[in-house]
Amino acid sequence: MFVLVEMVDTVRIPPWQFERKLNDSIAEELNKKLANKVVYNVGLCICLFDITKLEDAYVFPGDGASHTKVHFRCVVFHPFLDEILIGKIKGCSPEGVHGNISLGFFDDILIPPESLQQPAKFDEAEQVWVWEYETEEGAHDLYMDTGEEIRFRVVDESFVDTSPTGPSSADATTSSEELPKKEAPYTLVGSISEPGLGLLSWWTSN
Amino acid sequence: MEVHLSPGWIQTPGRSDPPVSARSSWDDRKDANSALLSNYEVFQLLTDLKEQRKESGKNKHSSGQQNLNTITYETLKYISKTPCRHQSPEIVREFLTALKSHKLTKAEKLQLLNHRPVTAVEIQLMVEESEERLTEEQIEALLHTVTSILPAEPEAEQKKNTNSNVAMDEEDPA
Repeated sequence: MFVLVEMVDTVRIPPWQFERKLNDSIAEELNKKLANKVVYNVGLCICLFDITKLEDAYVFPGDGASHTKVHFRCVVFHPFLDEILIGKIKGCSPEGVHGNISLGFFDDILIPPESLQQPAKFDEAEQVWVWEYETEEGAHDLYMDTGEEIRFRVVDESFVDTSPTGPSSADATTSSEELPKKEAPYTLVGSISEPGLGLLSWWTSN
Repeated sequence: MEVHLSPGWIQTPGRSDPPVSARSSWDDRKDANSALLSNYEVFQLLTDLKEQRKESGKNKHSSGQQNLNTITYETLKYISKTPCRHQSPEIVREFLTALKSHKLTKAEKLQLLNHRPVTAVEIQLMVEESEERLTEEQIEALLHTVTSILPAEPEAEQKKNTNSNVAMDEEDPA
């Protein structure tokens, strides 16, 4: 689920922090910059793991702060392909069990309708997805309720570059709406179409 | 909640080329297996971090630290609900030594360590092509290794005892 990623960055330490140990200031700055942020094509950064190398610190004319190039390793949430994860269902919609799965610290996981245990149907009245499980006794309807723990396999991931676009875009004047549609920078697509996947309660022996 | 940083700021060595498609960057990731962290290691790290920050009290609540607080709290909360909470470095070492004979890939061993499967169905999910690579006895042996070395949640222990009684009855006719 988590990986260690080596990164390089230049950290700026303002003069009023010079009395602190350099390592501490740098660690704090890096954590401030990275924690809970998605780095494009890397994953969701959790926190700094360690600093591997500190290069010389420079002070540039006009700016009293010191700039240090730092080589460090960061703990990043980045599940590998086909990894099994357990999350909580946050909601269902006709597009899939989505907004769906939440890991507490990471929410953008979607299970599209094709990847649910087949056959499945969407119950309009309760707004939940249902697995129509056939046994000798007849069909059982297994509901995927909100708040239930669900085991799923990661089948795909997508990174979206959400950097702001420059003012040169032609319809800058028409974007008087407060927020352009917010895209999640990092989303996972899951699947539960295998034996063993789905709500934990479906598979625990009773 | 998650904010994207523009790619120019942070260069990840080897990843500063033009954007690679998601699939191929994932293949690189799979090769970088040496960088995988178990949930237990992340749990240790975050707990230590929390202790450190509690001791140096003062600037925990400044706006800059809010993100770090949020992510460490949520991640710790998530991991605390998994079996990793009760592991220790000795247990992990013992577990990996015991698994050497089963010829599993690093990713598979990691999943077994993180999830502590107790049924054959879960093993089939985590081990690729398990029907071809492992016989039934091997799956049983694997389950036994997992459940005996890795500690479970205390309440799950009792459930496990009643379950194993049921399992024994089922095995007899076979």
